[in-house]
Amino acid sequence: MLSWWLPENVSTYGPDIDRLFYAIYYVTNAVFFAVQGTLIAFLILYRHREGRRATYTHGNTTLEIVWTIIPAIILVVLAFVSRETWANIKGRVPPGDVLLQVTAKQFNWEVAYPGPDGKLGTDDDFTQDNDVHVPVNKTVRIILKSKDVIHSFFVPSLRYKQDAVPGHEIPIWFKATKPGKYEVPCAELCGFGHSGMRGWLYVHTPEEYAAWAREHHAGRTP
Amino acid sequence: MGAGTPCGEDTMSEAVIPHAEPGAHAEHEVGFIRHYVFSTDHKMIGKQFLTLGLFGLLMGGVLAMLVRWELAFPESPVPGLGWVPEPIMFGGVIPPDTYNAFFTMHATIMIFFAVMPIMVGCFGNFLIPLMIGARDMAFPLLNMLSFWVGAGSAVIMFSSFFVPGGAAAGGWTSYAPLSAVPSYTGVTWGQHLWCISLIVLGISSLMGSINYITTIINMRAPGMTWFRLPLVIWSLFITAVLLLLSLPVLTSALGMLLFDRMAGTHFFLPEGGGEPLLWQHLFWFFGHPEVYILILPSMGVASDVLSVFARKPIFGYRAMAFSMISIAGLSWVVWGHHMFQSGMSPALGTSFMMSTMVIAVPSAIKTFNWLGTLWRGNIRFTTPMLFAIGFVSMFVIGGLSGIYMASTPVDIFIHDTYFIVAHIHYVVFGGSLLGAFAAIYFWFPKMFGRMMNETLGKMHFALTFVFFNGTFFPMHIIGVGGHMRRIYNPTQYEFLKPLQHWNVFMTVSALILGASQLLFLVNFFWSMFAGPRAGKNPWQANTLEWEAPTPPPHGNFPGPVPTVYRGPYEYSSPLVSEDYLPQARRLEPHVTAGAH
Repeated sequence: MLSWWLPENVSTYGPDIDRLFYAIYYVTNAVFFAVQGTLIAFLILYRHREGRRATYTHGNTTLEIVWTIIPAIILVVLAFVSRETWANIKGRVPPGDVLLQVTAKQFNWEVAYPGPDGKLGTDDDFTQDNDVHVPVNKTVRIILKSKDVIHSFFVPSLRYKQDAVPGHEIPIWFKATKPGKYEVPCAELCGFGHSGMRGWLYVHTPEEYAAWAREHHAGRTP
Repeated sequence: MGAGTPCGEDTMSEAVIPHAEPGAHAEHEVGFIRHYVFSTDHKMIGKQFLTLGLFGLLMGGVLAMLVRWELAFPESPVPGLGWVPEPIMFGGVIPPDTYNAFFTMHATIMIFFAVMPIMVGCFGNFLIPLMIGARDMAFPLLNMLSFWVGAGSAVIMFSSFFVPGGAAAGGWTSYAPLSAVPSYTGVTWGQHLWCISLIVLGISSLMGSINYITTIINMRAPGMTWFRLPLVIWSLFITAVLLLLSLPVLTSALGMLLFDRMAGTHFFLPEGGGEPLLWQHLFWFFGHPEVYILILPSMGVASDVLSVFARKPIFGYRAMAFSMISIAGLSWVVWGHHMFQSGMSPALGTSFMMSTMVIAVPSAIKTFNWLGTLWRGNIRFTTPMLFAIGFVSMFVIGGLSGIYMASTPVDIFIHDTYFIVAHIHYVVFGGSLLGAFAAIYFWFPKMFGRMMNETLGKMHFALTFVFFNGTFFPMHIIGVGGHMRRIYNPTQYEFLKPLQHWNVFMTVSALILGASQLLFLVNFFWSMFAGPRAGKNPWQANTLEWEAPTPPPHGNFPGPVPTVYRGPYEYSSPLVSEDYLPQARRLEPHVTAGAH
């Protein structure tokens, strides 16, 4: 249900986010229809008519307590069920099978690959603008940096977003579950070229990824 | 229950304003300049703020239309604007840097030069002395200065459109380093002036808030205890406290930003050891209380208007007052929810999620009490009542959509998308502005001595309500589709192409929404000069402003200030045969005894 609304999800943690989204969706819809329905009912039932007089009452303490405690419980429960998912996505960043570095700059994503040795910061590293190539079903760890202003690395299909902040090196991770080509827009205003600052995430099958690595590692020695 | 000695307060109000003695000469002793321009009368200052706010609303609205045009019809010329010189526009086509300046200035103007002047500046000034039974503000001269400093700040802000490089283009949040280094946006003086204008506005707000707080504490009429204050006065009091405490933080941050821009400091620039996130912490430490500064006065207005036209006491008066106090308290510990994806520690994110979930509770309490006020009422659908009901209905949507962002994992996806844009507009337009319209229609008779036209008012409400939702509801849908905020051309993205028809739909709605406001302008100015004359108490309301003549003279109340005998919401009381019982009406003991 509602799958037409959210974009397709291809990350391992995406379903957890979507589940929370739907939980909040059903709770807020129930409250929305209850409150708006009551409002409309009251407006019709208690509209002015000649000879009527409003009921003189200043409130009801029991009701006040009830409608304080029930929303409080619902909201605190929502916070608690969100905690674990949040910690899993942003709190605990696993070491990763594949390591990349993405440096944002006006108005490109500069993607650094570790080369054949699998280590960043060595001579066999190479960079590509705007293209992020990763294998499917592998944990990818990215060091997110920025050269100038704040950008935001947003992959709607991964349900992932993280600001890239100059002066910070922020580790992020994801595991993509479906091969394909997904857009990576910048989500934080970064100047006149903000709109159109966009990269592509290529999620490859193991065979494709091996071929891509062979092609790009050729001639590079660790 | 009471605070202070009411008689002493009254003496003080007259001691502070010697000329406020309700003599017959008070009105014509002052000349044109002192009466209309450099007035120290709180009512005239209120009208001046209203003029400023309505001008801001118009300008902010025009900018919104231009932004909407670009989103629906990217890079196509705006009809009728082919004459705008380059590089602002190119044959009517809005270029990206101009677009960024437009949405930056739209938000800045709407927040600081439309909603705040109308709700806090105008209604704070107009209502506080009248509703607490004072002759004027505690510091009338400071009050006048507050307006003129505010007007100066508006002149600085609006003039920034005309400097080389154009107006500020870093978003109304002006995140550093984008805002801290001129070459990142290409805007030099525009952003300087943006900072300077808001620093000056901070001084204006400081003077206003000190005045409001002092006046409400010290100058209440005899018998006007704290828990007999109308809720709109409670809301303005709490708003003034928030302003007093939050704006200095913004002012300091703006000072640092200006130093980074002009004096070579590196408060927010990592290359000199600065920290970009410091700006966000300072900005949102101000910014979240600011959200409540924008909405609290409208909550107060809605409470008063609902009670008057439901002819019923407000449901849970104390719960309403205490929920506003708790909103004000909690608003200091939720700023981090704007920064969940900013690189701030995820552990901090969890704490801010908790406090954010908790701050939703007092808003829920208020909503249920508004419903309780309507329950078994005798509802009259006047224009102010329609806007107050619209406020409740739209505020519910704005409140509920906030829960999505409060949940940190869901926020990962919807942060910086149109879902957020939908949320802020349901709160600031659906909430604050519908509340502002309710207030204008409700107090217009007292302000200008004439009634507004009800038919035009109801048409204005119906069109605004329908096209407001047409403009902003689909933003939830495209936001959940991943549509980013602040992008210039959505058709540059493959995944947004299927959503583009919504942009067209919203823009058409927005243009009709904008055009519908002409009904309001016509009604406002026509009624000011040609509306039917209003009586002293046209809505049969209880609060003290309706004891004053319409429009009230300098000094507000001829003769002694009224004495208050009861709370503000005694509608349909069994003690009297009419369905209202004003705060200042003294009931003879035998009337009370013989009521049953």
